[in-house]
Amino acid sequence: MKDVLEELEERRANARTGGGQRRIDTQHKRGKLTARERIDLLLDENSFEEFDMFVEHRCVEFGMEATKFPGDGVVTGWGTINGRVVFIFAKDFTVFGGSLSEMHAKKIIKVQDMALRNRAPIIGLFDAGGARIQEGVAALGGYGEVFLRNVLASGVIPQISVIMGPCAGGDVYSPAMTDFIFMVKDTSYMFVTGPDVVKTVTNEEVTAEELGGAIVHTTKSSIADKAYENDVEALLQIRRLMDFLPSNNESGTPELPTRDPSDRVEPSLDTLIPDNPNQPYDIKELIEKVLDEGDFFEIQEGFAPNIVVGFGRIEGRTIGIVANQPMVLAGVLDSDASRKAARFVRFCDCFEIPIITFVDVPGFLPGTDQEYGGLIKHGAKLLFAYSECTVPKVTVITRKAYGGAYDVMSSKHIRGDVNYAWPTAEIAVMGSKGAVEILYRAELDDRKKIEKRIKDYEERFANPFIAAERGFIDEVIIPRNTRLRIIRALNMLRGKQAENPWKKHDNIPL
Amino acid sequence: MFTKILIANRGEIACRVIKTARAMGIATVAVYSDADRSALHVAMADEAVNIGPPAAAKSYLVIDAIIKAAKQTGAEAIHPGYGFLSENADFARALEKEGITFIGPNVKAIEVMGDKIESKRFAADAKVSTVPGYLGVIKDAQEAIKIAGEIGYPVMIKASAGGGGKGMRVALSADEVAEGFASSVSEAKSSFGDDRVFIEKFVENPRHIEIQVLGDGKGNAIHLGERECSIQRRNQKVIEEAPSSFLDAKTRAAMGKQAVSLARAVDYASAGTVEFIVDKKKNFYFLEMNTRLQVEHPVTELITGIDLVEQMIRIAAGEKLKLTQKDIKLKGWAVESRIYAEDPFRGFLPSTGRLVRYRPPEEGTQQGLTIRNDTGVTEGGEISIHYDPMIAKLVTHAPDRDLAIDHMAGALDAFYIDGIQHNIPFLTAIMQHQRWRKGDLSTAFIAEEYPDGFSPREPDTEERDRLAIVAAMIDHLGNDRRRQISHQMEGTRVRFALERIVQVGEEKIDLTVIGGDDNSIEVALAGVKGKVRRRARVETDWWFGKPIWFGRIDGEQIAVQVRSIPNGVALAYRGLSVNAHVYTLREAELAALMPIKEPPDTSKMLLCPMPGLVVTIHVKEGDQVRVGDPLCVVEAMKMENILRAQHDGRVDVIEAAPGDSLAVDAVIMRFE
Repeated sequence: MKDVLEELEERRANARTGGGQRRIDTQHKRGKLTARERIDLLLDENSFEEFDMFVEHRCVEFGMEATKFPGDGVVTGWGTINGRVVFIFAKDFTVFGGSLSEMHAKKIIKVQDMALRNRAPIIGLFDAGGARIQEGVAALGGYGEVFLRNVLASGVIPQISVIMGPCAGGDVYSPAMTDFIFMVKDTSYMFVTGPDVVKTVTNEEVTAEELGGAIVHTTKSSIADKAYENDVEALLQIRRLMDFLPSNNESGTPELPTRDPSDRVEPSLDTLIPDNPNQPYDIKELIEKVLDEGDFFEIQEGFAPNIVVGFGRIEGRTIGIVANQPMVLAGVLDSDASRKAARFVRFCDCFEIPIITFVDVPGFLPGTDQEYGGLIKHGAKLLFAYSECTVPKVTVITRKAYGGAYDVMSSKHIRGDVNYAWPTAEIAVMGSKGAVEILYRAELDDRKKIEKRIKDYEERFANPFIAAERGFIDEVIIPRNTRLRIIRALNMLRGKQAENPWKKHDNIPL
Repeated sequence: MFTKILIANRGEIACRVIKTARAMGIATVAVYSDADRSALHVAMADEAVNIGPPAAAKSYLVIDAIIKAAKQTGAEAIHPGYGFLSENADFARALEKEGITFIGPNVKAIEVMGDKIESKRFAADAKVSTVPGYLGVIKDAQEAIKIAGEIGYPVMIKASAGGGGKGMRVALSADEVAEGFASSVSEAKSSFGDDRVFIEKFVENPRHIEIQVLGDGKGNAIHLGERECSIQRRNQKVIEEAPSSFLDAKTRAAMGKQAVSLARAVDYASAGTVEFIVDKKKNFYFLEMNTRLQVEHPVTELITGIDLVEQMIRIAAGEKLKLTQKDIKLKGWAVESRIYAEDPFRGFLPSTGRLVRYRPPEEGTQQGLTIRNDTGVTEGGEISIHYDPMIAKLVTHAPDRDLAIDHMAGALDAFYIDGIQHNIPFLTAIMQHQRWRKGDLSTAFIAEEYPDGFSPREPDTEERDRLAIVAAMIDHLGNDRRRQISHQMEGTRVRFALERIVQVGEEKIDLTVIGGDDNSIEVALAGVKGKVRRRARVETDWWFGKPIWFGRIDGEQIAVQVRSIPNGVALAYRGLSVNAHVYTLREAELAALMPIKEPPDTSKMLLCPMPGLVVTIHVKEGDQVRVGDPLCVVEAMKMENILRAQHDGRVDVIEAAPGDSLAVDAVIMRFE
């Protein structure tokens, strides 16, 4: 028996060194951690249970049968994050550059299946060179099976991808189908075809960082949701994120004890809206003063900052925030902002996370740039997402809610559950100036007359009361009490029952 | 007594006057500009009247508008506060004409003391010791040199109508006198429209000490001891105290006596201040008399127990001064810190914007220690460019100077402001400064001690330990509650290692949480070879989201400001600000493998110092620039700021264009 135990220990120790000390050192020199080190950071201490540690590839081409490493370039298993079960796979760059073989794929598929069957989130840590060329089509088959499982699990369990090194070719499509992608600055990049191929095909000279670095994907392409300074920061922040996320679509949101008072009043919110209607203010101040402890986990901060989305807690329970940001482009809805918010709303709806919407929107962004780019379809995504969504929805209009954008931003008409307005709210078909210029086109030459008309229009329509008279607003609330009112609304909505008609699935305008 | 008064001012002083008036049962009227619609003084007053647009010249300085407001509301008297119209003889005269009482001295006192030459003559006649000098109007440079020779070098050439350092020149020789005379005259003419200048002896590195007086115009006048205001930055007072650590009883009495005789000489009927400069040998010289309530009056109020605003109102109402000199007893020590909206790390540039958080320390007296905060703003208020950048005056009082300073340091730690930049880190640093603590002061203190501006200091061992302990406590609370999150796996509970590596700035501290509960833990700090070098008990009722961590470390009460950063906390304490990360041993081991990312070298760049709009760019790519050359103008909150070259060099790339709206630290141009 003793020998067997010794052998097990020996085999384990051997497997744990991955591609060997030299490659581990190289990995460190590049500013990256190894797969197992990353898992240590991500999971609770001593909670990781590794599967398939001794799996090896079966390739006999190109002399591959002579080089084998136990684990075959990916570390898989499960563990806990603050006691909650998660499944995990982490590409091991020290073994065949983390490249995907048939057996490597099988390991991933096994934890994907287990995660889905056991309704627990799955996190993938990517740092790999793509398909293992030597295996050819066997590797491609592996990819396909991984992709399929990403799709089947979508909307059932949260799937998170963290890109911590190269991620190219076939490797990019698995993260692309997960709920969130995070990247590490300077050490990670993602693209379908790399700089060399780009050069050959298009003659375009570009570095990996310029083509698919963390900054590119968090600000330009919106592929990634957030970028972190290094591996440690990224993984500890993923732990923080996981505390917000439900384990699956039926588990309900996690609850974290808090001592932040429910009746906390914030008098300074009474002066958040500037006297001048064209002056911006920072919507994040409202978000932070409403949420428990001001703790806000923002998603896609660097992309379409005219809308702010992210997670927070109210009375210890996770909620999603969607808010127009007047600081950027006056909070206008454009294609990017609509897509960003639509995807977030749909995530929240999948996982039964209530949504709080703060509205200060002057409308949709006009121009050929937007129209050619498909603003109609992208704007429709957000409208669609809010309309189909059945989780509790609380809306607060702080200032402008103009035109079609008013309807889109979780209005009463598309099943907003509780819709509040601050006294500074203006719910109107458009701004006073624009409206008057259409209504009184004949008087446009008379500056004085028009100014009087604008003033009259403002007095009549630039307030929340016209909408309140029609019941489009449930109540006009004092800004300082916003937290309190949202808490009451959410508590009232805890028993909410709402269903959409049976369908195979909807046909959101993609 | 009046039944209703108007306060022709704004900000903290308006609020301060309203407080006393209310306590005396007098109704109050505030006036406000468009920019101050939701200001604190408007909310505090019984009535408020709008007097015009934001610019002071169109509102707070418009005599007619203020008189109109007084008449409209039936206010019988007007308190002018300080600044604005407080020393404006025309205003006092206009009120007299309208039959409204001016809560301040008579017109003559304002006029005489408002002129630098006149006031000196007057003071000399009243046997007040003045700086040796020639108070006549000087005709030309020749005469200036002759007079300077008689007085003895160094001398100071000053504009008669001057103020704020304009038209002032120090000269060490005849040549410098000739040169200084010419520039002083031209500057005086362009700044004040009055080219009269005079010469006096220049007292090197004096202290600024002033005497508070009260007179009733009925022959009674007393003094309330001194205030020392030597800590100034560019003639702007920053920290004041009463009494002065420098004066002895004899000097105090002599200065007091002269101040009182000056007050009598002008039939002074209000609160006023006689400013002196004092040299190293305790010779004192009259500087000027301020015929108004001083900004720093609270320190005098705290050591005498006398409400100066109340005295001003009573005297204005015609009451006789009930206090006699014998009644004035100086008790304990008071220190005042002026909280300015300015960025100490960027050359004290003014900072404007919304007060996203404004949580001053709690006022009151506990165990003989007092905190008073005279403030004119509230959280959610706006700091605009239109007015003085002072947002509050934090004052502490204690039985002795050391305790008053310690208490000030603690109160500053507990003063939390977000949204704008402020000088609290600088004030706190001064509270730790040995020279200040020793009382070794002069008006050159800041210039001498911070010649290259202010930069953050490094924590000492004790401070670092404390910050590490606070960070560890916060981390412990976080772990403790995460252990209670819902939806955990059944069976084994998660265990957390209790040994931690706390990274405070660049330093690592090995620390173990020995035990405790939500509000109190015991920690052991490891020294060499893992031996425990220190144990500490920490108690707090802090919880996440609270801006200030109040707690005790081994029984000593401290306040640390907490802001969250990714995976850690930014802590501010005693003028220090550090980022702290609390790691498990494994996390620390792996964190040590992470590459250190050097911040980009910004010495070859011009960065935008504040959020603003590029108005003009003065240079082109390839231009050679010299230190001090204007490079570009950035407008922030309607104020144009000229950004100048810090080094000689050649402009390489210009990245911003006029009309661009830039964030803080955005690159405007790069140099070769």
